Amino acid sequence: MFDFLTSGQYDVLGAFWVTVQLTLYSAVGSLVWGTVLAGMRVSPVPVMRAFGTAYVDIVRNIPLTVIIIGCSLGLNQTLGVTLGGGTFKEIGFRLAVLGFIAYTGTFVCEALRSGINTVPVGQAEAARALGLSFFQVLTMIVLPQAFRAVVAPLTNVLIALTKNTTVAAAIGVAEAALLMKEMIENEPQALFAVFGVFALGFVVLTLPTGLLLGWVAKRVAVKR
Amino acid sequence: MSSVLYDTPGPKARARNWIYTAVFLVVVGLILWWVLGTMADKGQLDADKWSPFVTDSQVWTTFLLPGLGETLKAGLIAMVIALPLGALLGIGRLSDHRWVRIPVGTWVEFFRAIPVLMLMLFGSALYVRFSTVSSELRPLYAVVTGLVLYNSAVIAEIVVAGIQSLPRGQTDAAKAIGMRKGQIMANVLIPQAVTAMLPALVSQLVVILKDTAIGGAVLGLAELLSMNRQISANYSNTIPTLVVIALIYIVVNFMLTTFASWIEGRLRKSKKGTGAVVAGDVAEVDAGGAAGVGEAP
Repeated sequence: MFDFLTSGQYDVLGAFWVTVQLTLYSAVGSLVWGTVLAGMRVSPVPVMRAFGTAYVDIVRNIPLTVIIIGCSLGLNQTLGVTLGGGTFKEIGFRLAVLGFIAYTGTFVCEALRSGINTVPVGQAEAARALGLSFFQVLTMIVLPQAFRAVVAPLTNVLIALTKNTTVAAAIGVAEAALLMKEMIENEPQALFAVFGVFALGFVVLTLPTGLLLGWVAKRVAVKR
Repeated sequence: MSSVLYDTPGPKARARNWIYTAVFLVVVGLILWWVLGTMADKGQLDADKWSPFVTDSQVWTTFLLPGLGETLKAGLIAMVIALPLGALLGIGRLSDHRWVRIPVGTWVEFFRAIPVLMLMLFGSALYVRFSTVSSELRPLYAVVTGLVLYNSAVIAEIVVAGIQSLPRGQTDAAKAIGMRKGQIMANVLIPQAVTAMLPALVSQLVVILKDTAIGGAVLGLAELLSMNRQISANYSNTIPTLVVIALIYIVVNFMLTTFASWIEGRLRKSKKGTGAVVAGDVAEVDAGGAAGVGEAP
């Protein structure tokens, strides 16, 4: 029943490795982009605040699939953007990461913003009284505490991102979901076994992440 | 206007803010200039690529509106099935009997961990092998199956959180006047939990509507996003079409989100409910983001 695993015809581990890579690159990227967005949304400059708010409201309401397809059909095939990738495979991978960052950044931003709200006003006032600038208050006082407060919500974002990477299958990135699609078509008699293996793969990816970061969240939370 | 991070700006700060504004606008302007320049080079800004959406009503009647209809149809069917199923699963998770609680808990955790796209693929393959559903209807069935399996698990978590958000005294008082477990659930807990859950449930509808797009891209469901191919085949205007489709999604989802926060506002004010509101991200961050978590108490 599980002979499709040993036949050497399908590289299940390789496909999951692509999923992991997609997740890691997108996670790092969206953490950076989400922090920048959150910084804009709380900044004293009205134009930046307006941009941050508009970006988050707009991008969050667009289905991820539309964004990923837009990256492939719009950016790549129509406008010829390749992001420095040479082969079809590389270009697809990089465009998918770009799409995930654009989309997931909004969720990171919202999580961080709620974390910023947990920092007592008095701390920022004290920091300002010492003569720190907005940028110093943000990076030295507020953000470090905000990050510690939002480890748990960010974990949810990371897990959602891990599952969302399957959408890259829509533009032909050779990750787990695409391989599963191919295997279901070629091995219809082993449908349940194939689904079981891929489902297990995702449980293995998301469960330890949730447990580990849940523990971290409790450890680093600022007790008030 | 002062906030946590900055004071009301004085003359120096105002001058600095003007500089930041200018630098920011220049950066945004440069990016826009590049995007529009590239689009103009590839002819995507030509008027005849955009005008069909205004002048040619057929684009709307043949493609966009039927596509939107299919999106709404799949989303609503999935919601209508997933809601009661999720409620049952949620109540099962809170059961006093281990033989109910543990299997239901495993079921919920399992289907929450699986990407909805895989559930749709699996559903489609199931219908191919074990049913006689015609191939025109199969994408809709598969998409609804995937959405129901995934979202009923998520809704179960929302229900659990909704019931747990009620004060313990509710159950104690109901027990004290001699209600049985089933009565407590049906007459005391569920009615109150439902009002607390409403905003989260409406937000979940946004997630479902967004996820139907996966069905269009992977299973060939004739929903809004999949219309992109047909329209751009007729007018060769990929980018304008994608922009219009994205705008339709934004408008529909924005209306739903606004509706959700309107309900939330009403619930917070009303004296009837408990006033407790379950955050939309209890189980899912896909739509609600993580807003609400860790909000200042």
